[in-house]
Amino acid sequence: MALLDVENLGVTFATNDGTVTAVNGVSFSLGRGETLGIVGESGSGKSQLSFAIMGLLAKNGRATGSVRFKDQEILNAAPSVINALRAVHISMVFQDPMTSLNPYMRVSDQMAEILTHHQGLSKADALKACVRMLDAVKIPDAKGRIRLYPHEFSGGMRQRVMIAMALLCRPDLLIADEPTTALDVTVQAQIMALLRELQAEFGMATILITHDLGVIAGFCRDVMVLYGGKVMETAPVDPLFESPSHPYTRGLINAIPRVDTQGETLVTIPGTPPNMLRAPKGCPFAPRCAYAAEDCDDHLAPLTTFAPGRLRACNRSLEDLA
Amino acid sequence: MTTPLLDVSDLRVSFKIRSDGDMPWTKPRELKALNGVSLTLNAGETLGIVGESGCGKSTLARALIQMVPATGKVLWQGQTDLLTLTPRQMLAYRSQVQMVFQDPLASLNPRMSVGAIIAEPLRTHHPDLSQTQIKQRVQQMMERVGLLSNQINRYPHEFSGGQCQRIGIARALIVGPKLLICDEPVSALDVSIQAQVINLLAELQRDLGLAMIFIAHDLSVVKHISDRVMVLYLGRTMELAAAQALFAHAAHPYTKALLSAVPIPDPAKERAKQMIPLEGDLPSPMSPPSGCVFRTRCAIAQDRCAREVPALLGTRHQVACHLVNTATLEPV
Repeated sequence: MALLDVENLGVTFATNDGTVTAVNGVSFSLGRGETLGIVGESGSGKSQLSFAIMGLLAKNGRATGSVRFKDQEILNAAPSVINALRAVHISMVFQDPMTSLNPYMRVSDQMAEILTHHQGLSKADALKACVRMLDAVKIPDAKGRIRLYPHEFSGGMRQRVMIAMALLCRPDLLIADEPTTALDVTVQAQIMALLRELQAEFGMATILITHDLGVIAGFCRDVMVLYGGKVMETAPVDPLFESPSHPYTRGLINAIPRVDTQGETLVTIPGTPPNMLRAPKGCPFAPRCAYAAEDCDDHLAPLTTFAPGRLRACNRSLEDLA
Repeated sequence: MTTPLLDVSDLRVSFKIRSDGDMPWTKPRELKALNGVSLTLNAGETLGIVGESGCGKSTLARALIQMVPATGKVLWQGQTDLLTLTPRQMLAYRSQVQMVFQDPLASLNPRMSVGAIIAEPLRTHHPDLSQTQIKQRVQQMMERVGLLSNQINRYPHEFSGGQCQRIGIARALIVGPKLLICDEPVSALDVSIQAQVINLLAELQRDLGLAMIFIAHDLSVVKHISDRVMVLYLGRTMELAAAQALFAHAAHPYTKALLSAVPIPDPAKERAKQMIPLEGDLPSPMSPPSGCVFRTRCAIAQDRCAREVPALLGTRHQVACHLVNTATLEPV
């Protein structure tokens, strides 16, 4: 039994300008202890996908499809159901650690609140557990610094606090939404190393959402590539980088400047990402794709398995792309 | 030897910081954002500047064009010290040095049309041009940076991030500068768009013979576009070398750590990579460490590093570290 089963998930937003389709028919499943990377550019729907799973969509958002966590439907579930899951079974680390912590509360109070609320611990016991967790995320002098306010921590330390909070109840699933995007590259390396360590230690399944293929390469077992709200390709991390099967993935990998190789002109993807107000009927990547034909504007082949663990959604066959 | 386009020596910028609760007569504390940075830049050359946030990259760019008060010397073409000029005198040089900013949308006036935005520097520096000439040049420049010239009457919000950055580049280039300062020009853009803008900048530079100062926190981008690279840490230069040499044989412990932290989009390499851990955070620039500013996070620091400030030594590959032999670039 998979831990998380997402089927045909769609997310739409009603705006003054019309309906915005953020996520369009995304399906995947995640087993215990697995790590899945979701990569995509801004507007690809990667964040809204995770918000939908956590029941955190904005008021004008609507989610359709099905999300089953341990065989229990949690999409659009009652607040009581989802509140019982949050923090205890599923928790989340957000991109901006400053705006996700309450600036008016001491770190000790906002951390202990989780344990007193969800596990009924006394304040004193909760605080002890919190200090232990801050030690685990390698915050020096955790005992003294837990009394500080969020603004007294640096960006990297704040992200460590966020991670510690997310792991307090030892969740089965951690969703990390661009956890290192706001950080410097040296701090990013520290945080990713920490996440890798904690993931191995606690064995929670992890969804890492990012736009950085480099971060994905070092952390995830499987990767899902999103574009325009649709899944373009899903593959284990090694074959994805070795032999990307989708024109978009290829373009994305070629467009990254790299420190480890000597590059000439970067191969670019022409054009810009689609406007999701007028979500394309067919393949969202078609207007920018070198291999696109007329049929690509009208329909997109469903995501199909073509090798063990590898799925792709593209009207062109692999031979066409060769 | 030809005169370099820009010869900066001992550039220093400090900000006066008043803390909460200070009495009116308390002397404000000094934050040294740049602490004696020297560099030269030849015509047509690209100098990349990298470092973590708070290292003084942007301050350096701003100091060069008098957007923040600085001391030291900024010699332009071996003759004029830009720092001694009055604002009126500086105006003549502003058409030679132009800047592209980080946030593409925020750096464009939302109430001006694209045509008006790109034309503004032209109207300032060439008041003698007629309306038709201005419009013609603006349209040429828009085509040059990959915008459609019929979009001239649109407003910034109608453009995507990458297009807005193209508008910013057009605005900078319309007066025909010799030096373009790019402060994190691609960090707000998506990967696929980022590659387009990097290629555009490289192409324009080649065609127009521009010198460029390219500031970024992303080392792979800097490596890609720069001839030489300068590594800053807490307002001091740690290492300055040709891009190839720096990325192939980084000598300074900080550069090494910085390089090893860059994630590589290749699972096998990324797993095999030897990380040089950099513990902790950047020290506060209000009270930088004594001696070598990097010593608090340096894995090989010795007693000497706390006492003496290392000078930037070497000829082509310059390093500021007591523990590196500047001739061989090997650890002492």
